Amino acid sequence: MSVAASYFDVDGTLVRTNLVHPTVYYLLNQATPLRSLARLGGAILRAPKLGLAELRDRRTFNEELFRLYEGMTEDRLTLLADEAFDTVMKPAVYPGARDLVASCKARGHEVVILSGALDFLAERLRRHLGADTVIANRLELRGGYATGRLLPPVVAGPTKALLLREHARAGGHGLDDCHAFSDSYSDVPMLSVVGHATVVNPGGQLERLARAHHWPVLHLDRTP
Amino acid sequence: MNHPCVITLDRRSAPRALFSGDRIVEVDLPPGTRVLYPKSPLAPLKDPDAAIRYALHHPYGTEPLYAKLRPGMKVVIAVDDISLPLPPMKAPDVRERVLTIVLQLLADHGVDDVEIIIATSVHRRMTGPEVRHIVGDKIFNAWWPKRLYNHDAEDPKGMAFVGETSLGERVVLNKKAVESDLIIYVNLNLVPMDGGHKSVAVGLCGYESLKPHHNPRVLRKCHSYFDPPASELNTVVERMGRVAQQHLNIFTIETTVNNRMFDRPLAFLAKNEDDHTAAERAALKALCYTLDRTPDDVRDQIFRRVPAPYELTGVWAGATESVHPHTLKRCFEQYAVPLEGQADILVAGIPYISPYNVNAYLNPLLVQVLAQGYLFNMYRGVPVVKKGGTMIITHPCKDRFDPEQHAPYVEFVHRLLPETRDALELHRKYEEDFARNPSYLAMYRRGNAYHPAHPFFMWYWGEAGRQHLGRVIVVGAENDYIPKLLGYETARSMPEALDMARDTAPPSPDITCLHVPPIAMADVTLPKARGDRA
Repeated sequence: MSVAASYFDVDGTLVRTNLVHPTVYYLLNQATPLRSLARLGGAILRAPKLGLAELRDRRTFNEELFRLYEGMTEDRLTLLADEAFDTVMKPAVYPGARDLVASCKARGHEVVILSGALDFLAERLRRHLGADTVIANRLELRGGYATGRLLPPVVAGPTKALLLREHARAGGHGLDDCHAFSDSYSDVPMLSVVGHATVVNPGGQLERLARAHHWPVLHLDRTP
Repeated sequence: MNHPCVITLDRRSAPRALFSGDRIVEVDLPPGTRVLYPKSPLAPLKDPDAAIRYALHHPYGTEPLYAKLRPGMKVVIAVDDISLPLPPMKAPDVRERVLTIVLQLLADHGVDDVEIIIATSVHRRMTGPEVRHIVGDKIFNAWWPKRLYNHDAEDPKGMAFVGETSLGERVVLNKKAVESDLIIYVNLNLVPMDGGHKSVAVGLCGYESLKPHHNPRVLRKCHSYFDPPASELNTVVERMGRVAQQHLNIFTIETTVNNRMFDRPLAFLAKNEDDHTAAERAALKALCYTLDRTPDDVRDQIFRRVPAPYELTGVWAGATESVHPHTLKRCFEQYAVPLEGQADILVAGIPYISPYNVNAYLNPLLVQVLAQGYLFNMYRGVPVVKKGGTMIITHPCKDRFDPEQHAPYVEFVHRLLPETRDALELHRKYEEDFARNPSYLAMYRRGNAYHPAHPFFMWYWGEAGRQHLGRVIVVGAENDYIPKLLGYETARSMPEALDMARDTAPPSPDITCLHVPPIAMADVTLPKARGDRA
């Protein structure tokens, strides 16, 4: 048996927030209130487009959402990262998430955060949970400013399955021995490539699929 | 001369009504077949509460409970979980009665640092409503969930090392209990395997302390689980229990109930079918007809919602080893039926419930637990069936699992059993890794799933039966692949199963039918004229 890895989606799986929450935090915390207001106004105008993107697929949604970062300075993104993490993500970590990660670590797994979140936030979550590796989305920066585009590969949907395979191959992890955890139907490709898929806090559609596949269903969002 | 509970069928005998999961099937068994019925329920104690108080004040092997109490001490009360009695009993549960009196006694003596732990070991956590059912509204409302809660065998900070046996078996138990000044164990004894040292040493332990006895090597040496002196499982548990006894201050309260499993309208299910009145015959026909035509989910609910009218038949308290012989004696008084001679073929209906599927469906692995585990082991002396004999069971063997409670069972049955049915190989190759599966551990700790080691233990539970029996044939299975995974053959009807069994049996085989539930066990002796042993 090879050394295994455990791959965790983040939003809705380990934390109750989603990609929108830290984005809103950044929009609200610009250098001046006026800029914040302007960015928030822009975001509201884009809301219908974001809604349509979500209906289409997760990758398109991610790309649309991260356009809201266009023009933010690298300094500001870094400066606010700790605060955004502490204010938005950390309190939203599900009770039981740390135990679950620790349980994987105790088994000798490499624990990988595989998330559509931005890398500087996912990295902070990695440290907080005691995970080993982060595979997350990266903003494209030019001249110290975010362009609003993501550097490829965009971590979402089927691409997560591809990235998982590549990571497992590079790390010498047999896919049959690997575990994957997600709350999202868009992560079914990622869940399908490992030997041990676990559905976490699922919606009805994913729960039905999990029952059909006999995947374990975990509820980190409920108090035991 | 047969015991009155052992009936020999003749040509005029009525068909026998056997459970087939949550249905009842009527089967014709050949003339000469012996059918072993449960004994009538023992008379209940007239005043259960007075009996409990008497037991606490007149304990065996130690001072009365009140004399052990002092203000400011830390007390942990551990309580047997919902795996017994089966099905859950009508309110008030025996545990509610005992707890009510014990808590009052503690309060009267100024003991207020008290916690109540449901001693689940690696069983699933009980839900709030289930706990409410066994402790009653008053205690539940006052204590749940902060001071009344489920044991968590996987809490890294919640377990403590107690000591080691002379053979190096490590006793690791619930830390709260270990650190208390007094552990009061409230037991409800359904079968002679329960209680004694098993209460604390198993009920409050975790995977590490289960491994020394819940393994195929030990379980192969149990002849049977319900005959403690002949059970290697009991030997190891006692050895580990004595370590707990040395280091901890334990006051044991054990109780027994009679076998009044069915309330009056269904009481005829425990009767010899030849003795049914016209009304009972009609009721049986109506019951079979109705269950056959009721949708699965509704049928589940019918059985789950009917609690058993069990009655308290005994209560004893004191030091574990002084108390337990009294409990065992009362158990055998209720269950043991003398039976002379072994059978070539054993017939038994598999009911809808086991200790491990309260409020859930009896999945295929648990069918095996009931067949080769519990029902095969319902004996003292020698097994009811001869070595290499055949067991015929009735059950639909559906490929159905409770997705929450039995999540790890699914993978065990569908991924591991196709690899091998060899318990030693499963133990060696897969158990340790499977028992550490993070998802299943999280489901055990945060949800209501059995611990991932549990399906292995369940498979080992059938090990003594597997080693002894030549064949198992299922009548009424709705598919072939589940019986095949379990190592069973299938037959469409009882006559077909008996014909199949005769192929490997001597001419004119002896056939015995175990007519359970309610619980009955056989005290099997070999005929004096014939010296051949099992």
